[in-house]
Amino acid sequence: MKVGLFIPCYVDQFYPSAAIASLELLEKYGVEVDYPMDQTCCGQPMANSGYEHYGKDAGELFMKNFGDFEYIVAPSGSCTLHVKEHLLSHDGTGPKIYELCEFLTDVLQVSEIHASFPHRVGFHSSCHGLRGLHLAKPSEIVGKDFNKPVSLLEKINGLELVKLDRKDECCGFGGTFAVFEEGISVQMGKDRLADHLDKGVEVITAADMSCLMHLEGLLKREKSSVKIMHIAEILNGNPIHS
Amino acid sequence: MAENRTHAEAAEEFLKDEERTHWHDDTLWHVRTKRDTAAQKLPEWEVLRENASQIKEYVLSHLDELLIQFENNATANGVTVIWAKNAQEHNDHVYRILQENHVKNLVKSKSILTEECGLNHFLEAKGYDVVDTDLGERIIQFNHQVPSHIVMPAIHLKKKEIGDIFHKHLGTDAGADDPQYLTEAARLHLREKFIQANAAITGVNFGIAETGGFVVCTNEGNADMGTHLADIHIACMGIEKLIPRAADLGVYLRLLARSATGQSITNYNSHFHRPSPGKKMYIILVDNGRTEQLGREDFRNSLKCIRCGACMNTCPIYRRSSGFSYGSTVPGPIGSILSPGIDLKKHSTLPFASTLCGSCSDVCPVKINIHEQLYKWRQVIAKEGNPEPAKKWAMKLAGKVLGNPTLYNIMGKSARTALKLSPNSLIYTRFNAWGKKRDLPEVPKESFKEWYKKNRTND
Repeated sequence: MKVGLFIPCYVDQFYPSAAIASLELLEKYGVEVDYPMDQTCCGQPMANSGYEHYGKDAGELFMKNFGDFEYIVAPSGSCTLHVKEHLLSHDGTGPKIYELCEFLTDVLQVSEIHASFPHRVGFHSSCHGLRGLHLAKPSEIVGKDFNKPVSLLEKINGLELVKLDRKDECCGFGGTFAVFEEGISVQMGKDRLADHLDKGVEVITAADMSCLMHLEGLLKREKSSVKIMHIAEILNGNPIHS
Repeated sequence: MAENRTHAEAAEEFLKDEERTHWHDDTLWHVRTKRDTAAQKLPEWEVLRENASQIKEYVLSHLDELLIQFENNATANGVTVIWAKNAQEHNDHVYRILQENHVKNLVKSKSILTEECGLNHFLEAKGYDVVDTDLGERIIQFNHQVPSHIVMPAIHLKKKEIGDIFHKHLGTDAGADDPQYLTEAARLHLREKFIQANAAITGVNFGIAETGGFVVCTNEGNADMGTHLADIHIACMGIEKLIPRAADLGVYLRLLARSATGQSITNYNSHFHRPSPGKKMYIILVDNGRTEQLGREDFRNSLKCIRCGACMNTCPIYRRSSGFSYGSTVPGPIGSILSPGIDLKKHSTLPFASTLCGSCSDVCPVKINIHEQLYKWRQVIAKEGNPEPAKKWAMKLAGKVLGNPTLYNIMGKSARTALKLSPNSLIYTRFNAWGKKRDLPEVPKESFKEWYKKNRTND
């Protein structure tokens, strides 16, 4: 099986370890991964700010790079959702995009993960993955409970997942919201962190590096020892960040 | 009020009191939790939401016919039906009815529509003392405020503050904040007003086209108390409040209170069909921009709203900035998609007061795609509204860089190099909103692309 790996721009630039872990993880499961070298961004930052038209070039470039793949995989729920909703066709033709966790659970249907992570972990449910891609059942919705990323974390040796008070509240990142509504964004981030820190987590993980970048910024400013790690790094068996 | 402030500026003000912010957030989260518990008890919840959405879909696509049907049936029942194109016409009609019937004292139960039309101020300017009889509304009326929430209008006030307001206006003991004591005082005060009233104004939760009847939902029974005692009943109704059949009502009554407060049903769901002998009943059907919103394909289903307020209770931004930060009659997520349709420039920051987390759409009992409409309003505002110049410039530049791989690679590398080499005093300036309270990510020694080139390709 050959997939095109889409690494969102800010992950490429600031969090290469999350991207490397995603690549290695897919390779471990026998997937032939191609990483188109001319890729940049899906255009979401512009579009969510009201400037879809300024994101057009990025969108066209994305399709030039990925248009011929059957599967595209990205370690980001948010970018995956944007590509799915705004760039790919909705009539069943052309490539299908999956967020990394759902690719593992739904397409590869992995039953075992050979990794160990003996730490207390808080899982942050990123909104676009949760409510846009349906990676889990949102707490607002009535129905059968499921959570694809958590089902993967539960397969990790020694990993102790904490129970949060508000299991799927937004962290307050929201793209340019983080800057243009700085006050609320920071307050939301602090509140979200408090929920994790109260439970004594060592690591906060998520399927979206953008939420984690925001939370990490707050943690580092407070000189906290709590680490953030992309879920791919934990699933890939990477040790806790030093 | 936040008339000329951006949402962010108003929120900044609210956030200064962190303790109060936490209290407000926790209070509304508690209501959201009660809503979840109530919803989870109904296995058919999602089907109910879908039904409610579809019925309203039918209403919106047959609004013209249903309104005429409603008017004809109500008229046949002996109700006077009046049409008002806008807020001014609505207010003028109310005033005329009061004059014609020599009304001196009037009571009013909760109606967001009359807030939208500014009826209280209008009538007060004409010399009327408008007595709001909903407890929360009476509190904010004493306090010279407008509702901060459409279901719980005084949710921004703490018990102690309400005690102080009552001490000042009702003569309760200084410092007393026992809810039962205060409610009793309000009850005695309002009983006096009810007895004296010649006219009662109510809103309408549901107008039933098939019967010409309408339903008013209150938890306090204040609409009933007012209308039963007064000779004149004026019901103010937005034209989108229709449902086709009486049989459809059950769908909405099961959803409304559960979504709003977590109750299984509102305490009083009062059905009005015709005036009692010797009394008069009026329905004022108000457009005030609704037809225009109906004509906007991307935004029309915002008119499905049954005003439960669930989107406010769940919204992490609303909970941390309060209703006043929106500067519009209907605050919160639903207000942020309704208000730009009324005044795009004035409300141009509201669709950005969201992370697009989508929780509002998931709690909405009539399945309005609120967060998708926020996204769509953003596109409209960037083109024809009042966009912030700095944002426009930044997005244009970002679009250029991210649309071109060579430029992206160069810019990425130089940005990382600059971040690595610059002292913090240059990075964390007042122009860097990110860095006021957050650190930037540590700069890695190479991008993934650079790593990939070295480790996975033969170049």
